[in-house]
Amino acid sequence: MKARRFLPHPLLSLCLMGVWMLLMNDMTFGHLLLGAILGWLIPLVTQVFWITPPRIYRPFRLFRFFFLVLGDIVVANLQVAKLILGPTSKLRPAFVEIPMLLEDELALTMLASIISLTPGTVSADLSDDRKTLLVHTLDVADDEQLIAEIKSRYEAPLLEVFTCSTT
Amino acid sequence: MSTWMEILVAIFLLLGSVFSLVGAIGLYRLPDFFMRLHGPTKATTLGVGGMVIASMIYFAGQEQGISLHELLITLFLFITAPVSAHMLAKAAMQQKLSISEQTRGKPWEQ
Amino acid sequence: MLDYVIALCLLMLGIALILTLARLIKGPDLPDRILALDTLYINSIALLVLFGVWLGSDLYFEAALLIAVMGFIGTVAVAKYLLRGDIIE
Repeated sequence: MKARRFLPHPLLSLCLMGVWMLLMNDMTFGHLLLGAILGWLIPLVTQVFWITPPRIYRPFRLFRFFFLVLGDIVVANLQVAKLILGPTSKLRPAFVEIPMLLEDELALTMLASIISLTPGTVSADLSDDRKTLLVHTLDVADDEQLIAEIKSRYEAPLLEVFTCSTT
Repeated sequence: MSTWMEILVAIFLLLGSVFSLVGAIGLYRLPDFFMRLHGPTKATTLGVGGMVIASMIYFAGQEQGISLHELLITLFLFITAPVSAHMLAKAAMQQKLSISEQTRGKPWEQ
Repeated sequence: MLDYVIALCLLMLGIALILTLARLIKGPDLPDRILALDTLYINSIALLVLFGVWLGSDLYFEAALLIAVMGFIGTVAVAKYLLRGDIIE
């Protein structure tokens, strides 16, 4: 077990404070103070349950990646809407296995969630050794192309952000 | 509230409900479970997103000032929708549901 | 103008709910039904937010947020039950 620290997760504390301010919908100093106290207290009390967060090497890259994903989600929805309303017999669904380079738990979770939210793919299962992700796609012509696209578009930025390597 | 704000609210409301409807249509008419999973996880989530943005613009046009707390719903849904989809997909694979013949590749058996 | 748009949106969401309900009744398997329930609660969140705009009231937000939290936990609990035959291991 780790030694108890005064401020175990600064980022989590900030997020909790932000959520509290949003929940109260009231930008006064009193609520800011209460949010700060809660943001400090909750991670302190629950720190035994938290996994160690990975180090973020390039926060600005993460920020840009966030907007790229947001844009992709909107485009993905238009594509899926077109597929759903079109003829169902023309769809080419497939299960595709994607080898993973990421190893960190949080990064893997993020990648799996992003895959679920973007064009025609839902992540279905992660192999026990965390090396392969099984993905179900709604309409895909070429498996290899899909794997290459996911790796270059979503996995590479996450790798850059969390492990600081460019491969 | 000014007219252009009203038009903006109307556009986002329509967008949101159209996406919700498309998600439900997908759930109803696609042939097998894994394909049905695609409709609700994407379209419906964005549908709620559109509604929430419309609501934010609407309440910002009222006297009580800007309200951002609706964002929490969207944030929460965007975090939870992939998780529940993943759980359901795992459960469906374990139950060995039938998949349509067009599907290439096989689900795992773990 | 907004009144007509809201009426149209209510109609579309109503059709969406009916389609989801049809899937819930039709099945054919348990995961389909859970997925239908999941969609049903997300659609009702949209409906509640729309109601809030229609009546100009802020109160519906709290209900929508609660449904979002509880619905997610419900879906995960049932899916986990299907997966393992047990919720808390």
